[in-house]
Amino acid sequence: MSQAVSPEVQAKAKAAKDRLDAHTYEIVQWHFHPSTGCPFWLDYAKTQIKFDPLKEVKTYDDLKKFPEFQDEWLRGGPVRRWVPQPLADKPLYVFETGGTTGVPKSRVSHDDWRTDYSNFSETLPDDKFPRGANWLMLGPSGPRRLRLAVEHLAQVRGGICFCVDLDPRWVIKLIKKGWMEHLEEYKKHCIDQALTILGANHNVQCMFTTPKLLESLCQALEKQGKTLKDVGIKGIFSGGTEFTPQWTRFVTEEYLDGVYMTPTYGNTLMGLACSKPVGPADGYKIAYYAPQPRAVTEVVEFNDYNTVVGYGQTGRVKLTTLTKELFVPGFMERDEGEREMPFDKYPWDGVSGVRPFHQLAEATTVGVY
Amino acid sequence: MLTIPVLRWGKPYESLEHDEVKHFLTGEPIARLGQANGGLLQRDMRFAKRARDVLRDIPHDDLLERIKKAADLYLNATLPMGDGVQSPDDFARQQSASTGLPVHMAKANMQKNHYVLTNMSTMLDALTRGLSPKILARGYGVESRGVTVSYQCQSPVVGLVLPSNSPGVHTLWLPVIPLQVGLVLKPGSSEPWTPYRITAAFYEAGIPREAISIYPGGHDVGPAVLSACDRAMIFGGTATIEKYKGNPRVQAHGPGFSKILLGDDIVDDWPKYLDVMVQSVYANSGRGCINTSGIWASRHTKEIAAAIAEKIGPVEALPPDDPNAGLAAFTTPGAAQAIWKLIESKFKESGVTHVTEKYGPRLVEKERCAYLRPTVVHCTSSQAAIAKDEYMFPFTTVVECPQDQMMEQIGQTLIATAITNDERWAQQLTDCTHIDRLNVGPIPTIKLDWLQPHEGNIVEFLFRNRAYQTTPERLAKLG
Repeated sequence: MSQAVSPEVQAKAKAAKDRLDAHTYEIVQWHFHPSTGCPFWLDYAKTQIKFDPLKEVKTYDDLKKFPEFQDEWLRGGPVRRWVPQPLADKPLYVFETGGTTGVPKSRVSHDDWRTDYSNFSETLPDDKFPRGANWLMLGPSGPRRLRLAVEHLAQVRGGICFCVDLDPRWVIKLIKKGWMEHLEEYKKHCIDQALTILGANHNVQCMFTTPKLLESLCQALEKQGKTLKDVGIKGIFSGGTEFTPQWTRFVTEEYLDGVYMTPTYGNTLMGLACSKPVGPADGYKIAYYAPQPRAVTEVVEFNDYNTVVGYGQTGRVKLTTLTKELFVPGFMERDEGEREMPFDKYPWDGVSGVRPFHQLAEATTVGVY
Repeated sequence: MLTIPVLRWGKPYESLEHDEVKHFLTGEPIARLGQANGGLLQRDMRFAKRARDVLRDIPHDDLLERIKKAADLYLNATLPMGDGVQSPDDFARQQSASTGLPVHMAKANMQKNHYVLTNMSTMLDALTRGLSPKILARGYGVESRGVTVSYQCQSPVVGLVLPSNSPGVHTLWLPVIPLQVGLVLKPGSSEPWTPYRITAAFYEAGIPREAISIYPGGHDVGPAVLSACDRAMIFGGTATIEKYKGNPRVQAHGPGFSKILLGDDIVDDWPKYLDVMVQSVYANSGRGCINTSGIWASRHTKEIAAAIAEKIGPVEALPPDDPNAGLAAFTTPGAAQAIWKLIESKFKESGVTHVTEKYGPRLVEKERCAYLRPTVVHCTSSQAAIAKDEYMFPFTTVVECPQDQMMEQIGQTLIATAITNDERWAQQLTDCTHIDRLNVGPIPTIKLDWLQPHEGNIVEFLFRNRAYQTTPERLAKLG
């Protein structure tokens, strides 16, 4: 890092690391203290590990003492075992991820989703996502937190959010059944609703959508002789499925016509990782930076999840969530990518080239919506 | 190393993503192949109509002359290939290196494509039953017998999702440009060579660049071809065939399950037909849907199986540049092993005998690839699980089955060669709707008459014969 990063960024990175260590200590104290911790972690500390997190976790690196987090723990109930005691009487939400077959992973939340998206709002440029403008959320809602989160984002920015739902579990079933005509019709059904909203004089200038739906929306508008710009869109934040530099270049060159689009990487556990500005100068490389210190992404060796790879090297993405509502040390994502340098805006490690983890990719239906 | 770009209606497009085409023996990269995304292809379909328009602007005789010229260029010339050039020898070596096909078979496939392109005029005449090309170009006209007819083109372009492992299939789409319909090609990841070389030859011969697009790419490009083109061909396995069955927009090509049926009247003379059987199983490394995968007879089946095994059982896996190489390599890691494991599991069934066993192991594993040596299996019953199997190497079952049950038992059959003089049986076979191409007589299943349709008439796939009425004066002006 030292040779490619300016002394200023190095100093910022050091400060960020110090903040992360302090934050980690605070969060671990909260989740493992008998008066605040949730039933899952309190029981885990008693029965599954031979160290005392309250005494032995002082820095972020100390989290390596925890065995690998098993995503199976997030499947099934009782869901309240994840609720820290001070939140037990608060209004709670449960958000799900996956779930095409079997029991989906779930996360209980009180206010994290609002915090994550309020923070994300601060990263959006006001000229591309004008304050007071209305939003369109075109993507998966249902048991996901995305619909509420985008709606909150719109409200934080003084707007109102219109929503069009897409059920990705049904989409995956259609693909597995080979019902491609149904798939096309379902996609069209979603796009038609979006076109109706965009054509109804609602002052929609900002939107969230997935890469696939963005492409379909642009195609549908083109058939009407219009562009996103023509219908008033100024800024798009997109995510939900894999972005590639080629796709980003394609949509930028062929469809966006100057409309701003920022790729994001995230999930129910993490919140949103923002991308470094994407463009032709950098070959449309997409590098994501997690919202530290609330969540951390690392790129780790395929055969040693406690060792980060060198900068520019490839590894599996490891996620750690550190909020007062959820503690997840070292969740192995189903993605791989390259480790990226810190920079001025996000002075901590990022990850680029995110794609399905090669050892799982063949069994995964990706990029479906 | 060559870098080969996506071609968007003839214009090279430098993708940000590339796939490496690798040598199957050494693993060395041979080419960097630009990767398109599905959306790129779908957006380009705005210009699909232009592809047909620019071809219709060329008088048909002129177009066929250019096709003939392209045939010679394809076979003999050094042509542009990505950022470099490619001689005919380069082509054969590169195709062999990425597909595992022996070099001499790659050259034989070139001859086949050359033949089809050179004889396009005669082929189209046969496939259209003598219809004037002007009628197909204009959409209507008057036949030589004075009847007004209309053939409406169903799509300005044909999309093709091409396979990686069967360089022999390309003859199927060669008539598309001569029929003044554009091409949207998605080459197989290991076999970009033929689509790019034929396209280069077409361009050099004066076919407008705007008539052809080539989109190598990942998992989203094939579906994009099928959804964006109103007529498309796809190559795949039985599941692919089933998926598109009855879909008028898609012609799916897959396993052939081609067979030789020996009639009761001639089966006692089976040694006379041994060469036809061997050639049908073994030619072109048994990779094609036109290769025989089942030989059916009511008697002498053990002797027939033993005789075929004696001929092809000893064949060894030779290096791809050996002129005697008869076997193509399986280049996908683990594929040959999985296939052999499946076949072996079926040997356990009662009445099933692996006749080539005495000629040594069939599975030959190399460092980066594997071969399957010719395999002959005898089945005392058509009910055996392996009886109707087909694999991509010289493999055949020899099935004992009474003649009067054969038609009922053989199942879907792309090519059936019935060796018989029994006209009554020949007529029954002629009427049998699950046989696509029927040869009556000792004709190898691999011998194609190019003047006859293969797996459906491409003219009928691309043009719809419909009613068209107009005034005599208007028709008189057509000339």
